[in-house]
Amino acid sequence: MTTTTPETARRDPRGAEPLLSVRDLTVTFKRQGEDPFVAVDGLSFDVRPGQTVGLVGESGCGKSVTSLAIMGLLPDRGNTVTGSVELDGRDLLTLSNKQMRDLRGSDIGMIFQDPLSSLNPVVPIGRQVTEVLERHKGMSRKSAKPVAREMLHKVGIPDPDRRLTEYPHQLSGGMRQRALIAMALACEPRMLIADEPTTALDVTIQAQILALLRELVEEMDTALIMITHDLGVVAGLCDEVNVLYGGRLVERGDRHPLFHDPHHPYTGGLLSSVPSLEGDAAERLNPVPGSVADNLPWTSSCAFAPRCSNAIERCREETPAAVASGDRVLRCFNPLGGQASPAESEEDRR
Amino acid sequence: MTPTHRDARDPGTKGPRGLGSRKKERIDELAATAGASGPVDEAGAIDDTAGVSLIASAWRRLRRSPVFLVGLAITIAFVVLAIVSSWLAPHDPGEWLLYDKVSPQSNPIPGPEPGFPLGADDKGRDLLSRLLVGSRQTLIVGVCATLFGLAGGLVLGTLAGAFSGWVDSVIMRIVDVMLSIPSLLLAFSISAVASRPSQWTLIIAIAIVQIPIFARLLRGSMLAQRSKDHVLAARALGVKKSAIVLRHMLPNSLGPVIVQATLVLATAIIDAAALSFLGLGNPDDRNPEWGQMLGRAQTYIYDHPHLAFYPAICIIIVALGFTLMGESLREALDPKSRR
Ligand SMILES: Nc1ncnc2c1ncn2[C@@H]1O[C@H](COP(=O)(O)OP(=O)(O)O)[C@@H](O)[C@H]1O
Ligand code: SF4
Ligand SMILES: [Mg+2]
Repeated sequence: MTTTTPETARRDPRGAEPLLSVRDLTVTFKRQGEDPFVAVDGLSFDVRPGQTVGLVGESGCGKSVTSLAIMGLLPDRGNTVTGSVELDGRDLLTLSNKQMRDLRGSDIGMIFQDPLSSLNPVVPIGRQVTEVLERHKGMSRKSAKPVAREMLHKVGIPDPDRRLTEYPHQLSGGMRQRALIAMALACEPRMLIADEPTTALDVTIQAQILALLRELVEEMDTALIMITHDLGVVAGLCDEVNVLYGGRLVERGDRHPLFHDPHHPYTGGLLSSVPSLEGDAAERLNPVPGSVADNLPWTSSCAFAPRCSNAIERCREETPAAVASGDRVLRCFNPLGGQASPAESEEDRR
Repeated sequence: MTPTHRDARDPGTKGPRGLGSRKKERIDELAATAGASGPVDEAGAIDDTAGVSLIASAWRRLRRSPVFLVGLAITIAFVVLAIVSSWLAPHDPGEWLLYDKVSPQSNPIPGPEPGFPLGADDKGRDLLSRLLVGSRQTLIVGVCATLFGLAGGLVLGTLAGAFSGWVDSVIMRIVDVMLSIPSLLLAFSISAVASRPSQWTLIIAIAIVQIPIFARLLRGSMLAQRSKDHVLAARALGVKKSAIVLRHMLPNSLGPVIVQATLVLATAIIDAAALSFLGLGNPDDRNPEWGQMLGRAQTYIYDHPHLAFYPAICIIIVALGFTLMGESLREALDPKSRR
């Protein structure tokens, strides 16, 4: 069954209303003396309570911009954000700065890529955790301290009493990321956004942090948006994966179908580069030949065409539309494995 | 103004070239050192061990720097001298002990004699005691002028750095105008306005000149903080704007300000001497101060140059001490000079 509405919310088999519902999110940066740059282009996805949703794509495809737009943390000037980001039916894009400040840290938490630079170097770890509790739970610093201690314990920081008084530079990279997770989850937000939380860490630490995240979101029933350039990271974590290319959604699917049967050539390329024992490092660094610099404009073609192994003539002439089919969404004229292609272009739709 | 290599190097800086813009560039360069993150990893190198704080790594380099150590030694010696000088001085620096030897025509300045190794000044007061005790007032002038300038600069710089928009524009416009006036001329004008010159008018005149420097410096380093990851992370936790500014931006912006304060201690002492020399010093000379002693020595500069020479040497050594210390601090905190 093929529907013609693009990227609409899929009907949740479990019937839960989405917690976060992103619709047609478009972020455009103004550039001096150049055409505006569309970093995120008509992106839609849902996150249901307790669900883990992956946003995957290579560097520069708009993952961080998407997360900052959801959090209301994009710079005040120089960009326009359209579409809607509804949390419990409230459009975050229309909220005031103050309303967003009250929401951040209490309803939505976020953790970042580089744990060292994301911590304030001159404030002890404990103080940085109590700060959030004081801010959102109205606790005094004194009453927040045992809660902060408990939180550090929960994220697996050994000897939390000592760590409370230590400064970020005294912790290892993995411990710093744990501390940041403690801050983000201190007020038990219903939603956590993790923007490449393990990219700056060693491989062994990466696995620990991912396991911790999984454990915590399950225990606290927190919905998680997991952002990564590495499909290997989402493999064990996400219920649903959104693959982005050049600011647009190119494929979406539940974890198993997507991994076992990728339809989009870009997803296929990313998957073949997931590190395995025999995977060679150079290949992993450049999963798909070519670079984003080769992209064609989405407005008149498939941006991926110059790098695509399946490209056909039509790919350079028309814009493939995102077509939903059951739980899958695909934006491609000539998918992998010769799937029956919906072969619809955005031009056709108009 | 002749253009210098600094001017030539950075074509991006707006505004007319000249003394003011060189001063600004120097301030902005120093402010940029606050943007440096901690110990710099080699590209791609990730290690999971605990890192070293910026201060610890700076201290490790400073400890081995002879320039810093010399500056530090001079500074410590000066401060200790200022504290113990009252007990060290052989005589009361205010007492006209050799006044009966002073005769305006034949012997205006009594020479050395037993108990008075450097002789006396024009009122017969022991020159050695005045030099020793003078360190105290000199330290007070330097520290007070620096602190007042720092306080004013902190307030203006924090306001400008915290609020973009018109607050920032207005403050920075005033600051830039002040910076474009040569600092000694500005200090001279301010102290000339005071109806009755005193040590405090002197201190305030010197402090006011430093305010725009500290303000621009702090604003620059706060702007660099604004785009830091930890500020974004704090905003992502919903931290209030005031706490972001005061707890997350300000403390991390202070490095360059502290360096500048060390350097200003030197300029403040020199400026105090210059203003005294120009007749705007403290008229009350019961408590000696080196700049004041130097300023007053000009009457006798041809026949008794030693009156000027001794305080001048003291000022030069102390200013050198602060400058050596400040410059090596600046270098230690500057990521460009980091290995
Ligand atoms: N503040 C900004 N101003 C202009 N362009 C930006 C800004 N932030 C991000 N971009 C651009 O948007 C694109 C997407 O960036 P980003 O979301 O950070 O990518 P990633 O998927 O690696 O997180 C990049 O090409 C980047 O250059
Ligand atoms: S539309 Fe064409 S170029 Fe784009 S991914 Fe599909 S096959 Fe490749
Ligand atoms: Mg990113």
